Amino acid sequence: MSESNQSDKIIEFQNVTKSYGDHVVLDALDFSVRRGEKVTIIGPSGSGKSTVLRILMTLEDIQDGVIHVAGKPLWHEEKNGQLMPASEAHLRMMRKEMGMVFQQFNLFPHMTVMRNVTEAPRQVLGLSRDKAKKRALKYLDLVGMTEHADKFPSQLSGGQQQRVGIARALAMHPNILLFDEPTSALDPELVGEVLQVIEHLASQHDLTILLVTHEMQFARQISDRVCFFDQGKFVEEGRPEEIFTEPREERTKAFLSSFLGDH
Amino acid sequence: MLFGIEWDTSSHWAFAVSILPILGKGLLVTLQATVVGFLLAAGFGLVLAGLKGMRSRLVAWPARFFSEFLRDTPLLVQLFFLYYVLPDYGLVLPAFMTGALALGLQYSAYTSEVYRAGIQSVPAGQLEAARALDLTPGRTFFAIVLPQAIPRIIPALGNYLVSIMKDVPILSVVAVLEVLNVARIIGDRSFNYMIPLSMVGLIYLLMTLVAAWAVRKLDERLPKEGIHLQ
Repeated sequence: MSESNQSDKIIEFQNVTKSYGDHVVLDALDFSVRRGEKVTIIGPSGSGKSTVLRILMTLEDIQDGVIHVAGKPLWHEEKNGQLMPASEAHLRMMRKEMGMVFQQFNLFPHMTVMRNVTEAPRQVLGLSRDKAKKRALKYLDLVGMTEHADKFPSQLSGGQQQRVGIARALAMHPNILLFDEPTSALDPELVGEVLQVIEHLASQHDLTILLVTHEMQFARQISDRVCFFDQGKFVEEGRPEEIFTEPREERTKAFLSSFLGDH
Repeated sequence: MLFGIEWDTSSHWAFAVSILPILGKGLLVTLQATVVGFLLAAGFGLVLAGLKGMRSRLVAWPARFFSEFLRDTPLLVQLFFLYYVLPDYGLVLPAFMTGALALGLQYSAYTSEVYRAGIQSVPAGQLEAARALDLTPGRTFFAIVLPQAIPRIIPALGNYLVSIMKDVPILSVVAVLEVLNVARIIGDRSFNYMIPLSMVGLIYLLMTLVAAWAVRKLDERLPKEGIHLQ
C-alpha cells in the first residue's frame, strides 16, 4: 500500500524545509498522502506537527522544497517551465482543495452558526442565499447542529462550536480535510461528540483526512496510517497496529510510553 | 452687551440668567468645533492608521514620524503654525476652520492608534479561519475584522471626543468665539469674571459628565463579540 504510484498522491512534500530563525521546524521533509487516505500525525507538543497542516492551508510559507497538492505545486507556479513563488491568485485556487478545522475552533463570534457556515460558500463560491442555506443545513445536520443554526458561537459549548467548525469546512466541499488538534481545547466530556463526527467523516471513501491529535485510541481506530513526527522529521510511520503495538524506533517507543503514562 | 444682548447687573442671579443666552451662543461654537474637529480626527486617523500599517517603509515611516510629531508637540504650537504660517503660503482659513483643523490633526495621531489597537485586538485565528475559507482580503477586513474591532474602537473614539471638547478653549487664542472666550469678554466688559467663568466650568462639568455617561452606555450596548451580521 505504501508504494502507491505517483498519480494517486493527493499531497506530496519533497524536501520541504521550514525554520523560525535557528529553530528548524521541518527538516527536508518528504511525505505523501494518497487520495482518500486517512492519515494521523502524532508527536510531542511543539514538534511542528501542526506546521505541516498550516503550511498546506497556506497559513505559513516554506523556505525550501516543493509541495504538490492534487498534482499542482502549492507554493509555486510554473512559468516557462520554471517554478516561481506562487501568486495570491494561485494560492486562492489551491486553497479550494482543502478545508481546515482549528484547535481553537476560530468560529466568527459575531455571526450566527448559519452565517458562519454560509459566509464562504456565498462569498467565495458565489452560491445564492437559498443554495448556501440548503447546503449549510445539510452539513449542520451531519454534525447534529441544525437546531442551533440561529445561535451565536458564545451560546454553544466547545464541542458544539467545533462541530460547527467542521460543518463550516465541509460546506466548501474540500477534497482534503485538515484537523489541527480538533479536541485539544475541549473539556474531556465534550471530546466524544467531536470524535464521533470525525469518525463518521473518516468512513467516507473519497475524503482525504490529515489529522494531528493526541487522542491515540481514536487515531488507532480511524487511520489508515499513523506517522510519528519529532524534531522536524517523520521518525516512523505505518499502519496503526504497527505503530502502536510494535514501534521500531526508540523515540516512538519513548513517546508512546510517556504518553500512555500521562493519560 | 455682547451679540446684541444686554445683561442685568441688578443681582448675581439676574446677571447669571441674563448672560446665559450669550454663553449659549459660545457653547454652540464650542460644540461645532468639537464635532468638526472630531470628524477630522476620525477621518485623518483612519488614513494615518492605514499609512502607518503599510508594508512600504517609504510610506510607513514618514507616517509614523508625522504621528509622533503630532503627539509630542503642544496643540498650541500646531495651532499657531497653522494660523500664522499657512497664510504665508497662500492658504488663508477662517479662524474656526484653522482651530478645528488643528484639533483634527493632533487627535488624528491618537485616533490612528485607536484604530490600530482595535484591529490588532482581533485574534489571529480569525484571520486564519478567513484565509482557510478563501475569503478575499477585502471581505476579511469588512466582514470579519471590522465588525469585531468596532466595539473596541467606538468607546475609545468617544473618549477622545470628550478630550477634544475640553481642548476647544485653546481656540480662543486665535479669536474663535467659543464658550470660554465669550465668558472672558463678558468679564472684561462687566468687570465680573467670577460668574461667567464659573458658569463655563459648570457647563463643561455637565457636558463632560453627560458625554462620559453616553460613552459608557454605548460601550455597554455594543456587543462585545462584534457587530452582529445575521
